[in-house]
Amino acid sequence: MDTPLEIAGKIFTSRFLLGTGKFKNKPDLAESIKASGTQIVTVALRRIDLERHDENILEYIPRDVTLLVNTSGARNAQEAVRVARLAKEAGYGNWIKVEVISDSKYLLPDNAETVKATEILAAEGFVVLPYMYPDLYAARALVKAGAATVMPLGSLIGSNRGLKVKEFIQILIDEIDLPIVVDAGLGAPSHAAEAMEMGADAVLVNTAVATAEQPALIARAFAMAVEAGRLAYLSKLPSPKDSADASSPLTGFLYDQPR
Amino acid sequence: MRITINGQKKEMSSSQSLREVIGQFRASPAVLIAEINGTIIKKDQWDQIRVNDGDTVELVSFVGGG
Repeated sequence: MDTPLEIAGKIFTSRFLLGTGKFKNKPDLAESIKASGTQIVTVALRRIDLERHDENILEYIPRDVTLLVNTSGARNAQEAVRVARLAKEAGYGNWIKVEVISDSKYLLPDNAETVKATEILAAEGFVVLPYMYPDLYAARALVKAGAATVMPLGSLIGSNRGLKVKEFIQILIDEIDLPIVVDAGLGAPSHAAEAMEMGADAVLVNTAVATAEQPALIARAFAMAVEAGRLAYLSKLPSPKDSADASSPLTGFLYDQPR
Repeated sequence: MRITINGQKKEMSSSQSLREVIGQFRASPAVLIAEINGTIIKKDQWDQIRVNDGDTVELVSFVGGG
C-alpha cells in the first residue's frame, strides 16, 4: 500500500507538480491543471507592466491547489530571499521554490547560494522547496538548512532531455530523508515514469506540458505515468539480467530436451 | 517630483499616497505587491504611505512560471 506524499505536514494524493509558465493561453493552463489532478503548481513573481492590464493568473488556479512561488530571476541568495518575502505579502501562503541561477546559458542552479537562501527562509518560517543540481553534499546541507524537499534537476531547464543525471538523483533518493522531487528537463511521460520507478517521491513538469500541442492531454499522460512509475517502484520491480529467462514453460512434447 | 517606478522614471505633480500612484496605471491591484525603496508596503498601508520625490517603487504580481 502506498502512503500519500507529505510535504511540511501537508498531505498530497497527487505526486505530479505542474509549472505554469509558457502556456499559450490561460484556459490551456486551467485545463491542464484539471486534467493532471495536480495539487501543487508553481508560479513566478514579476514586475507588472504599467501600461497594460494583465490577466490575473491566480484566477485560473483552483483555490485548493497549493501555490508554490518560485524565485526565478534571483542570481544570489539575497535576491531569492527578497522575492520570497514579496511573495508572502500577497497572502497566498509561504511555500517557496528557491531557484538561484546566475548562468543564463545553462540555467544551472547555484547550490551554494541555494543553501544560503534556504537557511534564511526556513528560519523565517517559509516552506522551502529548493531546486538544485543533484549533489549529495549540497542535498545534505539543504536538509540541515531546513528544506522541506530536495528538487534535483533531471536535465537542463526546458530541454526535454529526461534524466541525464540519473545516477546522482538515485544517490539522493537513497540517502536523503526528505521527499525528492525531480524537477526540470522531463520532456515525456516516460521520463516521469522513469524517475518515479527509481523511487522519486514526485516530479515537477512545465515545458513539456505547456509547449505540447495539446497541453491538457499530455498533462493527463504525465499524471498517469507518475502513477504507473510509483506503482512500479512500490512493486519492487526486478533488476535487468544479461541473458534470457523464459516466461513460458519450455518443457514439453515438441522434442526431447538435451540433458 | 520625480519617482522611479518599475525601472521607469515618472513625473508626478506632487506627493501622493501609494494607492493614488498605483491608480494611475492600468494594472489591476488585486494581487499586486508593492515595495518603496526596497521596503514592502502592506496593502492596508497603501492609503497612509506617501510616495515622495526620488522614491523607487516596485510593483510586482504573479505570472506563469516553472
